[in-house]
Amino acid sequence: MQDPGPAPHVMRNADIDPKAEKRAEQQVAILFGLSGVSSLLLIYSYVFIASDVFVFIPVMGSQNVQQLGLGLGMSFSLLFLGLGAIHWAKKLMPETEVINHRHEFRSSDEDRDELVKTVKHAAAEVKLGRRSLIKRSLGFSLGLFALPPVLLLRDLGPLPKKQLETTNWKAGTRLVTDPGNRPILASDLEVGAVVQTLPEMPDETERLLSDIAKDPVLLIRIRAEEFQLSPEKLAMTHDGIIAFSKICSHMGCAVALYEQTTKHLLCPCHQSTFDVTRGAKVIFGPAARPLPQLDITVDEEGYLIARAPFNESVGPSYWERNSQ
Amino acid sequence: MTTAEKRLGNAANFVDERIGAAGWVKKSLNKVFPDHWSFMLGEVCMYSFVILLLSGTFLTLWFDPSQRDVIYEGVYEPLKGIKMSAAYASTLDISFEVRGGLLMRQIHHWAANIFMAAIVAHLLRVFFTGAFRKPREFNWILGILLLTLGFVEGLFGYSLPDDLLSGTGLRITSAIIQAIPLVGTYISFFLFGGAFPGVGFLPRIFTLHVLLIPGAFLAVITIHVMLVWYQKHTQFPGPGRTEKNVVGHPILPVYMAKAGGFFFIVFGVIAFLSAVASINPIWLYGPYTPGQISAGSQPDWYMGWLDGLVRMAPPWETHAFGHTVSWNILIPALIVPGILFTGMAFYPFIESWITGDKREHHLLDRPRNVPNRTALGVMSITFVIVALINGGNDILATNFHLSINQIMWFSRIGIFVLPPLAFVITKRLCLSLQRADRDLVLHGLETGRLVRMPSGEFVEIHEPISPQKRFVLTSHEQAPALELSATDARGVKRPGAIKNKVRARLSKAHAVGLPKVTSEDLKEIEHH
Repeated sequence: MQDPGPAPHVMRNADIDPKAEKRAEQQVAILFGLSGVSSLLLIYSYVFIASDVFVFIPVMGSQNVQQLGLGLGMSFSLLFLGLGAIHWAKKLMPETEVINHRHEFRSSDEDRDELVKTVKHAAAEVKLGRRSLIKRSLGFSLGLFALPPVLLLRDLGPLPKKQLETTNWKAGTRLVTDPGNRPILASDLEVGAVVQTLPEMPDETERLLSDIAKDPVLLIRIRAEEFQLSPEKLAMTHDGIIAFSKICSHMGCAVALYEQTTKHLLCPCHQSTFDVTRGAKVIFGPAARPLPQLDITVDEEGYLIARAPFNESVGPSYWERNSQ
Repeated sequence: MTTAEKRLGNAANFVDERIGAAGWVKKSLNKVFPDHWSFMLGEVCMYSFVILLLSGTFLTLWFDPSQRDVIYEGVYEPLKGIKMSAAYASTLDISFEVRGGLLMRQIHHWAANIFMAAIVAHLLRVFFTGAFRKPREFNWILGILLLTLGFVEGLFGYSLPDDLLSGTGLRITSAIIQAIPLVGTYISFFLFGGAFPGVGFLPRIFTLHVLLIPGAFLAVITIHVMLVWYQKHTQFPGPGRTEKNVVGHPILPVYMAKAGGFFFIVFGVIAFLSAVASINPIWLYGPYTPGQISAGSQPDWYMGWLDGLVRMAPPWETHAFGHTVSWNILIPALIVPGILFTGMAFYPFIESWITGDKREHHLLDRPRNVPNRTALGVMSITFVIVALINGGNDILATNFHLSINQIMWFSRIGIFVLPPLAFVITKRLCLSLQRADRDLVLHGLETGRLVRMPSGEFVEIHEPISPQKRFVLTSHEQAPALELSATDARGVKRPGAIKNKVRARLSKAHAVGLPKVTSEDLKEIEHH
């Protein structure tokens, strides 16, 4: 179909009517003026409004007046500036369309040939193809040159060693509440109780965040007859009290949601669901392994202690993890 | 000559005598930019980047990225006396004690969200209109690079305050790194400076977040924009517009005024949102400790689809020879996104291989005229949306009283079923739209006026459309599918027969379309 060419140009009001032009000019000036007023609002809010004054606004609720004044002052000063500029451009600036021509990006054949010739000439001059000794030694040194930058990053952190396999739980470590650091009497736990615990640390030892990233244990008491566990796992419980690592076996989030009626533990990050009665077996979600179970018993005073450390790594999987 | 003109002239002369810029500047000021609302999307990206630089610089004046422990003694009562990292404490100070600090934090976070949204919208515009075709493939790849950088920069940014939510994000990040076979554990220990959460991660990502990545952004954005400048902008087809010209407004004064004004409007809208809609209230989350978590932990929206994929992954792990491979992490977090982004980066070359089209293209496609590409785009969007829905499955479940398990199963099945379905539906829709275009050109607009003919018959009057509109609807080219036979003249299989067969099949699918109206068709209809 034939190109009919662009539609005829339609003049704007401001192009033909001097009154409309004047009006548009005033509108632009008003918009710029409003921008200035808004900046004054910002300055006023910064200097004169105390930071602890609140006002109730429907829908938004209680709002800090200073924050609101700063924010609205800033946004309106910007908005009106922008609106003014665009109104100016749309109403008063020339609006006729202009045509530019495009050129093809491909260079001319002469230029290409010239370039090839120059490169070939340069290559011939340095005789790279014939100086294989230089070529090989250069390759060798460039290869080695690339290594130090990687090597120099080595001291960013320590080697993993056994850090992912070990926790602060040892045979005889008392379980203490988190927060509170109080030891727990087995007899104090009612059926249905859930307690977050940490291993008791020797005095003066500071608990690091990296300890809290692998030590937390959830203590849950249900009726002992509800357990459906293998004899070994059942032996690791004490009187209906079972202890699991709180660190998710999927990606290491804290498995913090316990549903008392179903006795399910749910990780809020990716919804892996673990059945407490069946030894934290995964019943839903992306986690591939049950939460590691801590072997617990009570000491002579009746406080809950670990009978043995965890017998597997807690937290997410990693390449070196031996799951056998 | 007025004094002002004289002074300006002197200054210009001073500069030009030293660097000879007049010729180049003159040429540049005559540059023409075509007008279309969708061309603003890229501008929104650039402007929000500038806003991010400005607001981010403001935040660095007070932010302390250290992980060292401090006891909070600021004005926010609920957290007084609590042990926390200096990073979290200084974020609280910015929020409560620096006047305008909270506003700047909000602007920074809102601008980041809008930056990513604008990148995605801009990418979709470029994809659906075929603006990525030769000669603009480089810029397409640079755009994908910017999107990828945006993910990393955003993740680092919302991790820096070291609140309970961002710490949880880092826990997941460390688990993804640990899942990489062979080297993952080592990389994780090196990056974090020890076992998670380590001592070094925040100061390190702070340097990356404020220096290295913004530097990379700045470099890539500069090349991206310079290429647009040099190659000239694409334009939609229309009367007077060809592959050889560009029709629009010159840079001075109209484009400059509009673009400059638009910067202030983008900034103003972001500031307004920041003033009235508070996001990421870190003071409510509390400081990070790995033993705690809040229900409904969500990443920012642009990471949500990745989290959704991780959530829906089946519980697969391989244990062999004393090693563990976590497919439940590797597939959704690294392998699938890796394939998607690689495929996206190479798409311009894939399409040109399918169509055999190696020419330059400066006129944009109307999405309906390229049904296969449009359907592929909608299919990808559907994939991401299903993943995003699953990324918010806990929020959806609590707000709409649904079962989280059902949403998960909907997503697990939907991620395979819905994208192909979206492909088929979109392709049919495109063809229907082509049919509507065809009807409009052939029969004109329905006026709604019924006329009774002498014979007693009622007909509706159709008004012919303008020649300009008719041209827009019929100016697209319809390239035929490639003819690639698997055998040569003597019936012997050619080398690469299977490749040719695949290519011919794809090419055929790509070339599907309704024949467009020709002037002969119109003449014929006028005869009736």
